Amino acid sequence: MSLDVMTREGMPLPANVPARRLIVDAHQWTAVAQQLHEAGAYLLALWGTDERDRSGLFRVFAAFLASDHVVVLQHAMAGDRPVYPSLGRWYPVAIRLQRAIYDLLGLESDDGDTRPWLRHSGWPEDRFPLRKDVSAAATYPNRPRPYPFVPVNGEGVHEIPVGPIHAGTIEPGHFRFSVVGEKVLRLEERLGYTHKGVAKRFEALSLLDGHRLAARVSGDSAVAFSWAYCAAVEAITGTTVSPRTAYLRALALERERIANHLGDLGALGNDAGLAFGLMQFSALKERLLRLNQDVFNQRYLMDYVIPGGVQSDVGPRLIRLLLDEAADIERDVVALRAIYDEHTGLQDRFKDAGQLTPSIAKAQGALGLVARASGIERDLRVSMPWAPYDDLRPAWVLRVEGDVAARVQVRFDEVMESLRLSRLLLEKLPRGSVSTAILAVKAERIGLGVIEGWRGPVMVALEAEESFAIRRCHVHDPSWQNWPLIEHAIIGNIVPDFPLINKSFNLSYSGHDG
Amino acid sequence: MTTAVYLWQVGVCLVATGLAPLFAGWVGQCRAMLQNRAAPPVWQPYRMLRKLFHKEATLATDASWLFRSAPYVVFAVMVLAAAIIPSLTTQLPVARVADAIALVGLFATARVFMALAAMDIGTAFGTLGARREMMMGFLTEPALLMVLFNAFLMAGTTALPAIVQSTLTPSHAMLHPSLAFAAVAFVMVLLAENARLPIDNPSTHLELTMIHEAMVLEYSARHLALMEWASWLKLFNYACIGFTLFMPWGIATQSVSVGGMAFALLALVAKLLVAGSALALFETTSAKLRLFRAPEFLTMAFLLAVLGLLVHLLLEG
Repeated sequence: MSLDVMTREGMPLPANVPARRLIVDAHQWTAVAQQLHEAGAYLLALWGTDERDRSGLFRVFAAFLASDHVVVLQHAMAGDRPVYPSLGRWYPVAIRLQRAIYDLLGLESDDGDTRPWLRHSGWPEDRFPLRKDVSAAATYPNRPRPYPFVPVNGEGVHEIPVGPIHAGTIEPGHFRFSVVGEKVLRLEERLGYTHKGVAKRFEALSLLDGHRLAARVSGDSAVAFSWAYCAAVEAITGTTVSPRTAYLRALALERERIANHLGDLGALGNDAGLAFGLMQFSALKERLLRLNQDVFNQRYLMDYVIPGGVQSDVGPRLIRLLLDEAADIERDVVALRAIYDEHTGLQDRFKDAGQLTPSIAKAQGALGLVARASGIERDLRVSMPWAPYDDLRPAWVLRVEGDVAARVQVRFDEVMESLRLSRLLLEKLPRGSVSTAILAVKAERIGLGVIEGWRGPVMVALEAEESFAIRRCHVHDPSWQNWPLIEHAIIGNIVPDFPLINKSFNLSYSGHDG
Repeated sequence: MTTAVYLWQVGVCLVATGLAPLFAGWVGQCRAMLQNRAAPPVWQPYRMLRKLFHKEATLATDASWLFRSAPYVVFAVMVLAAAIIPSLTTQLPVARVADAIALVGLFATARVFMALAAMDIGTAFGTLGARREMMMGFLTEPALLMVLFNAFLMAGTTALPAIVQSTLTPSHAMLHPSLAFAAVAFVMVLLAENARLPIDNPSTHLELTMIHEAMVLEYSARHLALMEWASWLKLFNYACIGFTLFMPWGIATQSVSVGGMAFALLALVAKLLVAGSALALFETTSAKLRLFRAPEFLTMAFLLAVLGLLVHLLLEG
């Protein structure tokens, strides 16, 4: 059976983008994954569910992004010995995802790397907190265990352990550098310090409340996550939101993108020693956040997107304010960009630092702006546009160099493009209501929301009961795909350039750790 | 008369120790203003010292006497250095027993103690900072010596007060192209030696990029206060060395009088105001160099100082 036939034959999966679901056995699991890989698809997410209370089975799901649609593979395993084949050969990111699935659910892949990933010392080795028969309230004694990092040997090689507690107030993550002098031979990351059990928490919530938790999975991507969640809710309840709602959600998403890019551009200048840049970009970002407060009644748009609609409408006076602000921000960003571009010292730090070649980015399955800075066309707003992006036709923003400078340029270009899109959204804003009632859960009970956030595609896979209880909600942050890329980008660079390179990726700890 | 001179000597040390935090505060204020940011009050460093002196000191479990004593050694060395540099007057008894080469040695002593203390506790960052500091040190010291040689040749002495005397004599009032080279080289050395941009970033929170900050990362309370104070004092001393070599106007040279000292103090404050704002302007407009560009930067400083010497020998000799 050819790949095309299989994916076309799969049953349609309710989602905001074209999606199909294939139920496969262990052999097909790897065969289809391999065929998808050869066809240029990349892995979006990998997650498991505990179905033992219904069918005595565990299930594992893999979501792939093909060129214009999403393919979800579903594979069932016996409840007493849940083992499934690893996808790590074709999709390296699958290895960490598989380790995480084992930590949470006890489903074993046949991959060689069996070290814990999300489980540090919060629960014992033989406990799997996401299983239905494990209480969310259970507490365990904290027993830290040593974690075997991959050693690097050779004359003059030594290790620098960094984090999880840093000199500045930043999120926790551990970085183990193997260096000779200042040159980095190998970097190994250890994450999971901010694991909060978000997936388990979802299961105690009602379908119509989950968006609030989704928005808080990674605070800088609140709109992306809450929209993805709401899109999944609307998919499994067959709700169609009004065009005005879609436009306002896109406006919020683009504002989130602009705010984060402005913050990052300032921070990148600061990490290269140009505090001037941080101050100017912070002022711009603050201006945008204050207008968010005025227009949407919240600075970070945590609760703006709600199932079936948005929290508040935007009147003509506010539209005027937003348009004026967009013009001001554009003018200032153009001026600051000229300063950045012409600053020899800054450009010297940015150029060639942390280069991620297109071939590595492709092989590793890079997502989002990191992929676009390495010349890979990955932007779901363009390649599989959902409403309202099908009306807007966003332009590709691409760079091929893959270094810090390229990621800076992509951010500048995307700020400009997002400002253009925001203007378009405000000018073409359709009339209508901004709320639609959510009626009943459809028979499939399973749905997907996929939204290209500022960092990359965010996915929410949702399964609900007819009673509107959430049975399983899996949230996926694109940082999963992009964290391993830093390990590649740093090789051959010097230790003091790491913070700048890391900042140019600016990945989420919280979104990754879940 | 002699007692008065010794009293003035103590006075010079006190002025340096007392003014150094203010100078750091002024630089910080200029930086903030240039970045369009609300500036902290100019006496912020004093508040910081008060805060730190009131805190309980915590020590790493592996810290030895070396780690504990380094802040006192480094601070004492910087005060002693201030006693040698004719910032206000050339009538300095201590300066008679220690010339400018001894001064370079004093700075080296502080550097060695700091680096040893940083390595003493055995953390990755302490060692990282210490070895970077030693790399900078072996590049800045020759460059600083070369700058000083320019002045030595011109004045025919290695004593700083005598250099000031010689520069201030009317017969000396001619253009010295060699001093221009030396001055640029000196500024470059000053930036590197005081952990300023573009070599090091004094306000960074990124532990992997630090040089000076990485060495003092494990210090707290009074130890940290002394380390911070010593680094402000070092910046102050470097500024005063610069004034001594290149703009000695206002320094009291004859018999020491209250009026002369008051005028010298005014002149010093004026020069510090200008130097501080120039430093802030330079730092605001610079990005930090890649670590391995720093040797190029310091080699350039050395080269400029050597060029100054050549110019002196060829044109001014």
